[in-house]
Amino acid sequence: MSAVAVTPPPLASKGRVTQARVIVSEWTKLWSVRSTRWSLFVAFTFSIGIGALACFFVARHWPHMDPRERARFHPLEPNLAGVQLAQLALGVLGVLIITAEYSTGMIRASFTAVPKRLPVLWAKAVVFGGVTLALMVPAVLLAFVAGQSILSGRHIQVAFSAPHVARAVIGAALYLTVVGLFGLGLGAIVRNTAGGIALFAGIMFVIPPLMNVLPTSWNDAASPYLPLAAGEAIMSTTAGNHLSPWVGLALLCGYAAAALAIAAVLLVRRDT
Amino acid sequence: MIEAHGLTKDYGDKRAVDGLSFTVEPGIVTGFLGPNGSGKSTTMRLILGLDRPTAGTVTVNGKRYRDHAAPLHEVGALLEARSVHTGRSAANHLRALAQTHGIPRKRVDELIDLVGLHEVARKRAGTFSLGMGQRLGIAAALLGDPQTVMLDEPVNGLDPEGIHWIRYLLKGLAAEGRTVFVSSHLMSEMALTADHLIVVGRGKLIADTSVDDFVQQASGNVVRVRSPQADELRRLLEGPGVTVVAVEPGLLEVSGLGAPLIGEAAAGGGIVLHELMPQQASLEEAFMDLTRDDVEFKTGAEAAA
Repeated sequence: MSAVAVTPPPLASKGRVTQARVIVSEWTKLWSVRSTRWSLFVAFTFSIGIGALACFFVARHWPHMDPRERARFHPLEPNLAGVQLAQLALGVLGVLIITAEYSTGMIRASFTAVPKRLPVLWAKAVVFGGVTLALMVPAVLLAFVAGQSILSGRHIQVAFSAPHVARAVIGAALYLTVVGLFGLGLGAIVRNTAGGIALFAGIMFVIPPLMNVLPTSWNDAASPYLPLAAGEAIMSTTAGNHLSPWVGLALLCGYAAAALAIAAVLLVRRDT
Repeated sequence: MIEAHGLTKDYGDKRAVDGLSFTVEPGIVTGFLGPNGSGKSTTMRLILGLDRPTAGTVTVNGKRYRDHAAPLHEVGALLEARSVHTGRSAANHLRALAQTHGIPRKRVDELIDLVGLHEVARKRAGTFSLGMGQRLGIAAALLGDPQTVMLDEPVNGLDPEGIHWIRYLLKGLAAEGRTVFVSSHLMSEMALTADHLIVVGRGKLIADTSVDDFVQQASGNVVRVRSPQADELRRLLEGPGVTVVAVEPGLLEVSGLGAPLIGEAAAGGGIVLHELMPQQASLEEAFMDLTRDDVEFKTGAEAAA
Protein backbone atom coordinates (compact mmCIF):
# COMPACT_ATOMS: atom_id res chain seq x y z
CA MET A 1 0.00 0.00 0.00
CA SER A 2 1.50 3.34 -0.95
CA ALA A 3 1.30 6.16 1.53
CA VAL A 4 0.08 8.68 -1.01
CA ALA A 5 -2.59 6.61 -2.70
CA VAL A 6 -5.04 6.68 0.23
CA THR A 7 -5.44 10.45 0.42
CA PRO A 8 -8.43 11.95 -1.36
CA PRO A 9 -7.97 13.63 -4.74
CA PRO A 10 -7.87 17.43 -4.71
CA LEU A 11 -11.11 19.33 -5.13
CA ALA A 12 -11.28 21.16 -8.45
CA SER A 13 -13.20 24.24 -7.36
CA LYS A 14 -13.73 25.61 -3.89
CA GLY A 15 -16.78 27.66 -3.05
CA ARG A 16 -17.79 29.57 0.05
CA VAL A 17 -20.70 29.28 2.43
CA THR A 18 -23.73 31.24 1.30
CA GLN A 19 -27.22 31.51 2.76
CA ALA A 20 -28.63 29.90 -0.40
CA ARG A 21 -26.30 26.92 -0.07
CA VAL A 22 -27.21 26.46 3.58
CA ILE A 23 -30.87 26.45 2.52
CA VAL A 24 -30.15 23.68 0.00
CA SER A 25 -28.37 21.76 2.75
CA GLU A 26 -31.31 22.14 5.12
CA TRP A 27 -33.65 20.96 2.37
CA THR A 28 -31.59 17.76 2.12
CA LYS A 29 -31.59 17.40 5.90
CA LEU A 30 -35.36 17.83 6.16
CA TRP A 31 -36.23 15.14 3.63
CA SER A 32 -33.55 12.64 4.59
CA VAL A 33 -34.94 11.81 8.03
CA ARG A 34 -37.87 9.43 8.31
CA SER A 35 -39.57 11.13 11.28
CA THR A 36 -39.89 14.47 9.48
CA ARG A 37 -41.39 12.82 6.41
CA TRP A 38 -43.89 11.08 8.67
CA SER A 39 -44.84 14.23 10.56
CA LEU A 40 -45.45 16.10 7.32
CA PHE A 41 -47.45 13.18 5.95
CA VAL A 42 -49.57 13.07 9.12
CA ALA A 43 -50.17 16.82 9.04
CA PHE A 44 -51.15 16.65 5.37
CA THR A 45 -53.44 13.63 5.41
CA PHE A 46 -55.03 14.26 8.80
CA SER A 47 -55.97 17.83 8.04
CA ILE A 48 -57.89 16.50 5.03
CA GLY A 49 -59.14 13.25 6.59
CA ILE A 50 -60.28 14.59 9.94
CA GLY A 51 -61.95 17.58 8.28
CA ALA A 52 -63.87 15.27 5.95
CA LEU A 53 -64.72 12.87 8.76
CA ALA A 54 -66.07 15.68 10.95
CA CYS A 55 -68.23 16.90 8.05
CA PHE A 56 -69.49 13.36 7.54
CA PHE A 57 -70.64 13.11 11.17
CA VAL A 58 -72.27 16.52 11.09
CA ALA A 59 -74.13 15.59 7.91
CA ARG A 60 -75.35 12.37 9.49
CA HIS A 61 -76.40 14.08 12.68
CA TRP A 62 -78.04 17.08 10.93
CA PRO A 63 -81.65 15.77 10.96
CA HIS A 64 -81.43 15.32 14.75
CA MET A 65 -80.00 18.74 15.51
CA ASP A 66 -82.32 21.31 17.07
CA PRO A 67 -82.81 24.71 15.43
CA ARG A 68 -80.55 26.46 17.93
CA GLU A 69 -77.67 24.15 17.09
CA ARG A 70 -78.39 24.58 13.40
CA ALA A 71 -78.35 28.34 13.75
CA ARG A 72 -74.96 28.29 15.46
CA PHE A 73 -73.50 25.92 12.87
CA HIS A 74 -70.96 27.14 10.35
CA PRO A 75 -69.96 24.72 7.59
CA LEU A 76 -66.26 25.57 7.95
CA GLU A 77 -66.09 24.61 11.59
CA PRO A 78 -66.04 20.83 11.21
CA ASN A 79 -64.18 21.23 7.96
CA LEU A 80 -61.12 22.75 9.67
CA ALA A 81 -61.12 20.24 12.54
CA GLY A 82 -58.00 18.55 11.12
CA VAL A 83 -56.04 21.70 11.85
CA GLN A 84 -56.14 20.79 15.54
CA LEU A 85 -54.11 17.65 14.96
CA ALA A 86 -51.93 19.12 12.22
CA GLN A 87 -50.84 21.94 14.51
CA LEU A 88 -49.59 19.44 17.05
CA ALA A 89 -47.69 17.42 14.43
CA LEU A 90 -46.16 20.55 12.89
CA GLY A 91 -45.31 22.22 16.20
CA VAL A 92 -43.58 19.08 17.42
CA LEU A 93 -41.78 18.74 14.08
CA GLY A 94 -40.63 22.35 14.37
CA VAL A 95 -39.15 21.57 17.78
CA LEU A 96 -37.56 18.33 16.53
CA ILE A 97 -35.89 19.86 13.49
CA ILE A 98 -33.47 21.66 15.77
CA THR A 99 -33.46 19.59 18.99
CA ALA A 100 -32.74 16.32 17.17
CA GLU A 101 -29.51 17.94 15.97
CA TYR A 102 -28.54 18.57 19.57
CA SER A 103 -29.53 15.14 20.85
CA THR A 104 -27.63 13.31 18.09
CA GLY A 105 -24.63 15.66 18.03
CA MET A 106 -25.35 16.64 14.42
CA ILE A 107 -25.34 20.27 15.53
CA ARG A 108 -21.54 20.10 15.91
CA ALA A 109 -21.22 19.04 12.28
CA SER A 110 -23.69 21.74 11.22
CA PHE A 111 -21.87 24.49 13.11
CA THR A 112 -18.47 23.27 11.95
CA ALA A 113 -19.65 23.64 8.35
CA VAL A 114 -21.38 26.96 9.10
CA PRO A 115 -19.57 28.45 12.09
CA LYS A 116 -21.49 31.73 11.86
CA ARG A 117 -24.46 29.59 12.94
CA LEU A 118 -27.30 32.01 12.18
CA PRO A 119 -27.55 30.96 8.52
CA VAL A 120 -28.44 27.48 9.81
CA LEU A 121 -31.34 28.80 11.88
CA TRP A 122 -32.62 31.02 9.07
CA ALA A 123 -32.29 28.18 6.56
CA LYS A 124 -34.25 25.85 8.81
CA ALA A 125 -36.99 28.46 9.15
CA VAL A 126 -37.13 29.09 5.39
CA VAL A 127 -37.14 25.41 4.42
CA PHE A 128 -39.52 24.22 7.10
CA GLY A 129 -41.83 27.22 6.72
CA GLY A 130 -41.80 26.93 2.94
CA VAL A 131 -42.42 23.19 2.91
CA THR A 132 -45.20 23.47 5.48
CA LEU A 133 -46.95 26.24 3.56
CA ALA A 134 -46.54 24.41 0.25
CA LEU A 135 -48.11 21.29 1.74
CA MET A 136 -50.79 22.83 3.90
CA VAL A 137 -52.32 25.18 1.30
CA PRO A 138 -53.34 22.24 -0.93
CA ALA A 139 -54.24 20.22 2.18
CA VAL A 140 -56.76 22.78 3.45
CA LEU A 141 -58.13 23.34 -0.05
CA LEU A 142 -58.63 19.59 -0.53
CA ALA A 143 -60.17 19.39 2.93
CA PHE A 144 -62.55 22.20 1.94
CA VAL A 145 -63.58 20.54 -1.32
CA ALA A 146 -64.06 17.14 0.33
CA GLY A 147 -65.83 18.48 3.42
CA GLN A 148 -68.20 20.79 1.57
CA SER A 149 -69.15 18.12 -0.96
CA ILE A 150 -70.10 15.87 1.98
CA LEU A 151 -72.13 18.68 3.58
CA SER A 152 -73.82 19.43 0.25
CA GLY A 153 -75.77 16.19 0.72
CA ARG A 154 -77.74 18.15 3.33
CA HIS A 155 -77.52 21.43 1.39
CA ILE A 156 -75.60 23.02 4.25
CA GLN A 157 -72.36 23.63 2.40
CA VAL A 158 -70.75 27.00 1.93
CA ALA A 159 -69.13 28.42 -1.19
CA PHE A 160 -65.44 29.39 -1.29
CA SER A 161 -66.57 32.84 -2.42
CA ALA A 162 -68.85 33.31 0.61
CA PRO A 163 -67.77 35.95 3.15
CA HIS A 164 -64.75 34.97 5.32
CA VAL A 165 -64.41 31.54 3.76
CA ALA A 166 -61.36 32.05 1.55
CA ARG A 167 -59.61 33.97 4.34
CA ALA A 168 -60.36 31.26 6.92
CA VAL A 169 -59.33 28.35 4.67
CA ILE A 170 -56.09 29.83 3.35
CA GLY A 171 -55.56 31.34 6.81
CA ALA A 172 -55.56 27.84 8.28
CA ALA A 173 -52.51 26.97 6.18
CA LEU A 174 -50.79 30.22 7.18
CA TYR A 175 -51.64 29.54 10.82
CA LEU A 176 -50.13 26.04 10.70
CA THR A 177 -46.96 27.36 9.09
CA VAL A 178 -46.47 29.98 11.79
CA VAL A 179 -47.21 27.45 14.54
CA GLY A 180 -44.45 25.22 13.11
CA LEU A 181 -42.01 28.15 13.11
CA PHE A 182 -42.99 28.97 16.69
CA GLY A 183 -42.08 25.37 17.59
CA LEU A 184 -38.74 25.77 15.78
CA GLY A 185 -37.96 28.89 17.79
CA LEU A 186 -38.89 27.26 21.09
CA GLY A 187 -36.84 24.16 20.22
CA ALA A 188 -33.80 26.29 19.40
CA ILE A 189 -34.12 28.08 22.75
CA VAL A 190 -34.48 24.90 24.82
CA ARG A 191 -32.18 22.64 22.68
CA ASN A 192 -33.81 19.56 24.15
CA THR A 193 -36.58 17.52 22.54
CA ALA A 194 -38.63 16.72 25.63
CA GLY A 195 -38.24 20.21 27.00
CA GLY A 196 -39.07 21.82 23.68
CA ILE A 197 -42.22 19.78 23.15
CA ALA A 198 -43.30 20.41 26.75
CA LEU A 199 -42.77 24.15 26.34
CA PHE A 200 -44.64 24.21 23.03
CA ALA A 201 -47.57 22.15 24.33
CA GLY A 202 -47.61 24.13 27.57
CA ILE A 203 -47.84 27.49 25.86
CA MET A 204 -50.31 26.35 23.22
CA PHE A 205 -52.59 23.93 25.01
CA VAL A 206 -52.08 24.11 28.78
CA ILE A 207 -51.99 27.82 29.51
CA PRO A 208 -55.33 28.63 27.76
CA PRO A 209 -57.49 26.43 30.05
CA LEU A 210 -55.44 27.56 33.04
CA MET A 211 -56.62 31.09 32.31
CA ASN A 212 -59.98 30.04 33.71
CA VAL A 213 -58.62 30.36 37.25
CA LEU A 214 -58.32 34.11 36.67
CA PRO A 215 -61.26 36.41 37.40
CA THR A 216 -63.54 36.36 34.35
CA SER A 217 -62.83 39.95 33.33
CA TRP A 218 -59.05 39.36 33.38
CA ASN A 219 -59.43 36.09 31.56
CA ASP A 220 -61.59 37.68 28.88
CA ALA A 221 -59.13 40.54 28.50
CA ALA A 222 -55.97 38.42 28.31
CA SER A 223 -57.00 35.16 26.63
CA PRO A 224 -57.38 36.48 23.06
CA TYR A 225 -53.73 37.50 23.14
CA LEU A 226 -52.36 34.02 23.83
CA PRO A 227 -50.63 32.46 20.81
CA LEU A 228 -53.26 29.80 20.15
CA ALA A 229 -56.28 32.09 20.41
CA ALA A 230 -54.56 34.88 18.50
CA GLY A 231 -53.60 32.58 15.67
CA GLU A 232 -56.93 30.82 15.47
CA ALA A 233 -58.64 34.17 14.89
CA ILE A 234 -57.62 33.86 11.21
CA MET A 235 -59.95 30.83 10.93
CA SER A 236 -62.88 32.50 12.71
CA THR A 237 -66.19 32.74 10.88
CA THR A 238 -68.32 34.11 13.69
CA ALA A 239 -68.01 37.01 16.07
CA GLY A 240 -66.69 36.23 19.54
CA ASN A 241 -64.05 37.07 22.08
CA HIS A 242 -61.15 37.01 19.67
CA LEU A 243 -58.93 39.45 17.86
CA SER A 244 -59.73 40.44 14.31
CA PRO A 245 -58.36 37.73 11.97
CA TRP A 246 -55.30 39.43 10.53
CA VAL A 247 -54.36 41.16 13.77
CA GLY A 248 -54.51 37.78 15.50
CA LEU A 249 -52.34 36.10 12.90
CA ALA A 250 -49.90 39.00 13.01
CA LEU A 251 -49.66 38.56 16.78
CA LEU A 252 -48.90 34.86 16.38
CA CYS A 253 -46.24 35.82 13.83
CA GLY A 254 -44.88 38.15 16.49
CA TYR A 255 -44.66 35.31 19.00
CA ALA A 256 -42.86 33.11 16.48
CA ALA A 257 -40.52 35.94 15.48
CA ALA A 258 -39.74 36.66 19.14
CA ALA A 259 -38.97 33.00 19.81
CA LEU A 260 -36.68 32.85 16.77
CA ALA A 261 -35.00 36.14 17.73
CA ILE A 262 -34.27 34.91 21.27
CA ALA A 263 -33.04 31.63 19.80
CA ALA A 264 -30.75 33.55 17.41
CA VAL A 265 -29.16 35.55 20.22
CA LEU A 266 -28.62 32.42 22.32
CA LEU A 267 -27.39 30.39 19.35
CA VAL A 268 -24.50 32.76 18.71
CA ARG A 269 -23.58 33.12 22.38
CA ARG A 270 -23.78 29.62 23.73
CA ASP A 271 -21.20 26.84 23.58
CA THR A 272 -22.19 23.79 21.60
CA MET B 1 -1.26 25.92 10.64
CA ILE B 2 -2.95 26.19 14.02
CA GLU B 3 -1.79 28.81 16.53
CA ALA B 4 -3.01 28.99 20.11
CA HIS B 5 -2.07 31.77 22.51
CA GLY B 6 -2.93 31.50 26.19
CA LEU B 7 -5.99 29.45 25.36
CA THR B 8 -8.14 28.98 28.46
CA LYS B 9 -11.59 27.51 29.01
CA ASP B 10 -13.59 27.31 32.22
CA TYR B 11 -16.76 25.29 32.64
CA GLY B 12 -18.28 26.70 35.79
CA ASP B 13 -15.41 26.72 38.28
CA LYS B 14 -13.61 23.87 36.54
CA ARG B 15 -10.71 24.86 34.32
CA ALA B 16 -10.63 22.46 31.37
CA VAL B 17 -7.93 24.21 29.37
CA ASP B 18 -5.34 26.31 31.15
CA GLY B 19 -3.27 28.85 29.25
CA LEU B 20 -2.30 26.64 26.31
CA SER B 21 0.06 28.13 23.75
CA PHE B 22 1.31 26.07 20.85
CA THR B 23 1.76 26.04 17.09
CA VAL B 24 0.87 23.15 14.83
CA GLU B 25 3.02 23.28 11.71
CA PRO B 26 2.10 22.15 8.20
CA GLY B 27 3.84 19.26 6.49
CA ILE B 28 4.13 17.01 9.54
CA VAL B 29 1.81 14.97 11.74
CA THR B 30 1.49 16.60 15.14
CA GLY B 31 0.24 14.37 17.92
CA PHE B 32 -1.87 15.86 20.67
CA LEU B 33 -1.29 13.63 23.61
CA GLY B 34 -2.71 13.51 27.08
CA PRO B 35 -4.66 11.31 29.47
CA ASN B 36 -8.44 11.22 29.27
CA GLY B 37 -9.93 14.43 30.63
CA SER B 38 -6.77 16.46 30.02
CA GLY B 39 -8.53 18.99 27.78
CA LYS B 40 -7.70 17.67 24.31
CA SER B 41 -11.29 17.53 23.06
CA THR B 42 -12.09 20.90 24.62
CA THR B 43 -9.08 22.43 22.88
CA MET B 44 -10.28 21.04 19.57
CA ARG B 45 -13.78 22.44 20.14
CA LEU B 46 -12.21 25.83 20.90
CA ILE B 47 -10.21 25.64 17.66
CA LEU B 48 -13.46 25.04 15.73
CA GLY B 49 -15.30 27.80 17.56
CA LEU B 50 -17.88 25.36 18.91
CA ASP B 51 -17.01 26.63 22.38
CA ARG B 52 -15.84 30.13 23.22
CA PRO B 53 -12.52 30.48 25.03
CA THR B 54 -12.66 32.11 28.47
CA ALA B 55 -9.34 33.75 27.60
CA GLY B 56 -6.75 33.60 24.87
CA THR B 57 -7.09 33.11 21.13
CA VAL B 58 -6.69 30.39 18.59
CA THR B 59 -6.42 30.79 14.83
CA VAL B 60 -6.39 28.36 11.94
CA ASN B 61 -4.51 29.29 8.79
CA GLY B 62 -4.23 32.82 10.13
CA LYS B 63 -7.85 33.50 11.03
CA ARG B 64 -10.34 32.56 13.71
CA TYR B 65 -12.23 29.53 12.41
CA ARG B 66 -15.50 31.45 12.50
CA ASP B 67 -14.11 34.18 10.25
CA HIS B 68 -13.31 31.85 7.35
CA ALA B 69 -15.69 32.24 4.41
CA ALA B 70 -15.30 28.55 3.52
CA PRO B 71 -14.35 26.75 6.73
CA LEU B 72 -14.60 23.20 5.34
CA HIS B 73 -11.90 24.04 2.81
CA GLU B 74 -9.67 25.30 5.61
CA VAL B 75 -10.14 22.71 8.32
CA GLY B 76 -11.54 19.20 8.25
CA ALA B 77 -12.34 17.91 11.70
CA LEU B 78 -13.35 14.66 13.29
CA LEU B 79 -14.65 15.23 16.79
CA GLU B 80 -14.56 12.58 19.47
CA ALA B 81 -18.25 12.89 20.23
CA ARG B 82 -20.51 11.63 17.48
CA SER B 83 -21.70 14.41 15.21
CA VAL B 84 -24.16 12.63 12.96
CA HIS B 85 -27.96 12.49 12.97
CA THR B 86 -28.69 8.83 13.68
CA GLY B 87 -31.73 8.81 11.40
CA ARG B 88 -29.91 10.00 8.29
CA SER B 89 -27.92 7.86 5.86
CA ALA B 90 -24.18 8.34 5.57
CA ALA B 91 -24.55 9.57 1.99
CA ASN B 92 -27.21 12.14 2.88
CA HIS B 93 -25.22 13.29 5.91
CA LEU B 94 -22.19 13.99 3.75
CA ARG B 95 -24.30 15.53 1.00
CA ALA B 96 -25.93 17.98 3.42
CA LEU B 97 -22.52 19.06 4.70
CA ALA B 98 -21.12 19.32 1.17
CA GLN B 99 -24.02 21.47 0.01
CA THR B 100 -23.19 24.23 2.51
CA HIS B 101 -20.05 24.87 0.43
CA GLY B 102 -21.41 23.93 -2.97
CA ILE B 103 -19.18 20.83 -3.03
CA PRO B 104 -20.39 18.55 -5.85
CA ARG B 105 -22.11 15.23 -5.22
CA LYS B 106 -19.32 13.40 -7.03
CA ARG B 107 -16.96 14.38 -4.24
CA VAL B 108 -19.27 12.79 -1.67
CA ASP B 109 -19.25 9.51 -3.61
CA GLU B 110 -15.46 9.64 -3.94
CA LEU B 111 -15.02 9.97 -0.21
CA ILE B 112 -17.53 7.25 0.62
CA ASP B 113 -15.43 4.92 -1.55
CA LEU B 114 -12.18 6.20 -0.07
CA VAL B 115 -13.18 5.44 3.53
CA GLY B 116 -14.72 2.12 2.56
CA LEU B 117 -18.37 2.83 3.36
CA HIS B 118 -19.71 2.11 -0.11
CA GLU B 119 -21.79 -0.89 1.01
CA VAL B 120 -23.52 0.98 3.83
CA ALA B 121 -23.78 4.48 2.37
CA ARG B 122 -27.60 4.26 2.19
CA LYS B 123 -27.99 2.89 5.70
CA ARG B 124 -28.96 5.06 8.64
CA ALA B 125 -25.89 6.26 10.54
CA GLY B 126 -27.53 5.12 13.79
CA THR B 127 -26.96 1.51 12.77
CA PHE B 128 -23.20 2.04 12.33
CA SER B 129 -20.55 0.43 14.51
CA LEU B 130 -18.06 2.70 16.23
CA GLY B 131 -15.49 1.99 13.54
CA MET B 132 -17.91 2.78 10.71
CA GLY B 133 -18.87 5.97 12.52
CA GLN B 134 -15.20 6.95 12.65
CA ARG B 135 -14.85 6.31 8.92
CA LEU B 136 -17.89 8.47 8.23
CA GLY B 137 -16.42 11.22 10.40
CA ILE B 138 -13.14 11.02 8.53
CA ALA B 139 -14.99 11.26 5.20
CA ALA B 140 -16.71 14.40 6.50
CA ALA B 141 -13.37 15.83 7.58
CA LEU B 142 -11.83 15.33 4.13
CA LEU B 143 -14.87 16.50 2.17
CA GLY B 144 -13.61 20.04 1.59
CA ASP B 145 -10.02 19.08 0.66
CA PRO B 146 -8.89 21.09 3.71
CA GLN B 147 -5.46 22.55 4.30
CA THR B 148 -5.65 21.54 7.95
CA VAL B 149 -6.93 18.20 9.20
CA MET B 150 -7.79 17.76 12.86
CA LEU B 151 -8.85 14.39 14.20
CA ASP B 152 -9.82 13.63 17.78
CA GLU B 153 -8.92 10.05 18.73
CA PRO B 154 -9.36 8.74 15.18
CA VAL B 155 -8.27 5.18 15.90
CA ASN B 156 -11.00 4.68 18.52
CA GLY B 157 -13.09 1.69 17.57
CA LEU B 158 -11.11 0.89 14.43
CA ASP B 159 -9.89 -2.62 13.74
CA PRO B 160 -6.16 -3.21 13.10
CA GLU B 161 -6.66 -2.82 9.37
CA GLY B 162 -8.43 0.50 9.97
CA ILE B 163 -5.70 1.71 12.30
CA HIS B 164 -3.12 0.89 9.66
CA TRP B 165 -5.18 2.79 7.09
CA ILE B 166 -5.41 5.85 9.35
CA ARG B 167 -1.64 5.92 9.86
CA TYR B 168 -1.00 5.94 6.14
CA LEU B 169 -3.72 8.48 5.57
CA LEU B 170 -2.30 10.90 8.15
CA LYS B 171 1.24 10.54 6.86
CA GLY B 172 0.03 10.94 3.30
CA LEU B 173 -1.90 14.11 4.17
CA ALA B 174 1.15 15.57 5.89
CA ALA B 175 3.34 14.64 2.93
CA GLU B 176 1.01 16.70 0.75
CA GLY B 177 1.95 19.69 2.89
CA ARG B 178 -1.18 19.80 5.03
CA THR B 179 -1.29 20.53 8.72
CA VAL B 180 -2.27 17.33 10.51
CA PHE B 181 -3.26 17.48 14.18
CA VAL B 182 -4.28 14.21 15.81
CA SER B 183 -5.17 13.58 19.41
CA SER B 184 -4.70 10.35 21.27
CA HIS B 185 -4.36 9.10 24.80
CA LEU B 186 -2.11 6.30 23.54
CA MET B 187 1.59 7.14 23.38
CA SER B 188 2.38 4.00 21.40
CA GLU B 189 -0.02 5.04 18.64
CA MET B 190 1.48 8.52 18.46
CA ALA B 191 5.03 7.17 18.38
CA LEU B 192 4.16 5.33 15.17
CA THR B 193 2.27 8.16 13.46
CA ALA B 194 3.43 11.55 14.68
CA ASP B 195 6.52 13.59 13.97
CA HIS B 196 5.90 16.16 16.65
CA LEU B 197 4.13 15.95 20.00
CA ILE B 198 2.13 18.38 22.07
CA VAL B 199 1.54 16.80 25.45
CA VAL B 200 -1.09 18.12 27.87
CA GLY B 201 -2.24 17.17 31.34
CA ARG B 202 -5.06 18.81 33.27
CA GLY B 203 -5.40 21.39 30.54
CA LYS B 204 -1.78 22.54 30.80
CA LEU B 205 1.03 22.17 28.32
CA ILE B 206 3.53 19.55 29.54
CA ALA B 207 5.72 19.11 26.50
CA ASP B 208 6.05 20.47 22.97
CA THR B 209 8.75 18.40 21.35
CA SER B 210 9.66 16.20 18.42
CA VAL B 211 8.83 12.53 18.79
CA ASP B 212 12.51 11.63 18.41
CA ASP B 213 13.52 13.88 21.30
CA PHE B 214 10.68 12.58 23.40
CA VAL B 215 11.72 8.99 22.72
CA GLN B 216 15.34 9.85 23.45
CA GLN B 217 14.45 11.34 26.81
CA ALA B 218 11.99 8.64 27.63
CA SER B 219 14.28 5.72 26.93
CA GLY B 220 16.86 7.10 29.38
CA ASN B 221 19.81 5.79 27.40
CA VAL B 222 19.55 2.21 28.54
CA VAL B 223 21.02 -0.39 26.19
CA ARG B 224 20.43 -4.10 26.54
CA VAL B 225 23.42 -6.29 25.70
CA ARG B 226 23.42 -10.08 25.46
CA SER B 227 26.76 -11.77 25.31
CA PRO B 228 28.26 -15.18 26.23
CA GLN B 229 31.18 -13.15 27.65
CA ALA B 230 29.02 -10.85 29.74
CA ASP B 231 31.33 -10.67 32.73
CA GLU B 232 34.27 -9.75 30.55
CA LEU B 233 32.24 -7.08 28.77
CA ARG B 234 31.04 -5.69 32.06
CA ARG B 235 34.59 -5.13 33.27
CA LEU B 236 35.43 -3.51 29.96
CA LEU B 237 32.50 -1.06 30.01
CA GLU B 238 32.37 -0.02 33.65
CA GLY B 239 33.81 3.38 34.36
CA PRO B 240 32.83 6.87 35.48
CA GLY B 241 29.25 7.75 34.44
CA VAL B 242 28.52 4.26 33.22
CA THR B 243 26.44 1.75 35.14
CA VAL B 244 26.12 -1.86 34.15
CA VAL B 245 23.49 -4.08 35.69
CA ALA B 246 23.50 -7.82 35.19
CA VAL B 247 19.84 -8.60 34.70
CA GLU B 248 20.43 -12.32 34.36
CA PRO B 249 23.38 -14.44 33.38
CA GLY B 250 24.55 -13.31 29.96
CA LEU B 251 22.33 -10.20 29.87
CA LEU B 252 23.42 -6.67 30.80
CA GLU B 253 21.65 -3.34 30.95
CA VAL B 254 24.07 -0.51 30.29
CA SER B 255 23.29 3.11 30.97
CA GLY B 256 25.56 6.05 30.20
CA LEU B 257 26.91 4.59 26.97
CA GLY B 258 25.26 4.52 23.57
CA ALA B 259 24.91 1.34 21.53
CA PRO B 260 27.60 2.32 18.99
CA LEU B 261 30.23 2.83 21.70
CA ILE B 262 29.32 -0.46 23.38
CA GLY B 263 29.60 -2.28 20.08
CA GLU B 264 32.97 -0.70 19.32
CA ALA B 265 34.28 -1.53 22.80
CA ALA B 266 33.17 -5.14 22.42
CA ALA B 267 34.82 -5.41 19.01
CA GLY B 268 38.01 -3.90 20.43
CA GLY B 269 38.03 -6.46 23.24
CA GLY B 270 37.18 -9.33 20.90
CA ILE B 271 33.90 -9.99 22.69
CA VAL B 272 31.01 -11.71 20.94
CA LEU B 273 27.61 -9.95 21.09
CA HIS B 274 24.31 -11.77 20.53
CA GLU B 275 22.11 -8.77 21.05
CA LEU B 276 22.66 -5.01 21.24
CA MET B 277 19.44 -3.10 21.66
CA PRO B 278 18.66 0.44 22.83
CA GLN B 279 15.65 0.27 25.12
CA GLN B 280 12.63 2.13 23.80
CA ALA B 281 10.00 -0.12 25.23
CA SER B 282 9.45 2.22 28.14
CA LEU B 283 7.74 4.90 26.00
CA GLU B 284 4.33 4.31 27.43
CA GLU B 285 5.86 4.31 30.91
CA ALA B 286 7.64 7.58 30.25
CA PHE B 287 4.42 9.14 29.10
CA MET B 288 2.71 7.91 32.24
CA ASP B 289 5.54 9.27 34.38
CA LEU B 290 5.22 12.60 32.64
CA THR B 291 1.49 12.83 33.15
CA ARG B 292 1.07 10.89 36.39
CA ASP B 293 0.36 13.98 38.45
CA ASP B 294 -1.99 15.27 35.81
CA VAL B 295 -4.33 12.36 35.41
CA GLU B 296 -7.88 13.46 36.00
CA PHE B 297 -9.47 10.17 36.92
CA LYS B 298 -7.39 7.90 39.10
CA THR B 299 -8.37 4.36 39.97
CA GLY B 300 -9.01 3.70 43.66
CA ALA B 301 -5.63 2.11 44.27
CA GLU B 302 -3.78 4.93 42.55
CA ALA B 303 -5.72 7.59 44.37
CA ALA B 304 -4.95 5.99 47.71
CA ALA B 305 -1.26 5.63 46.93
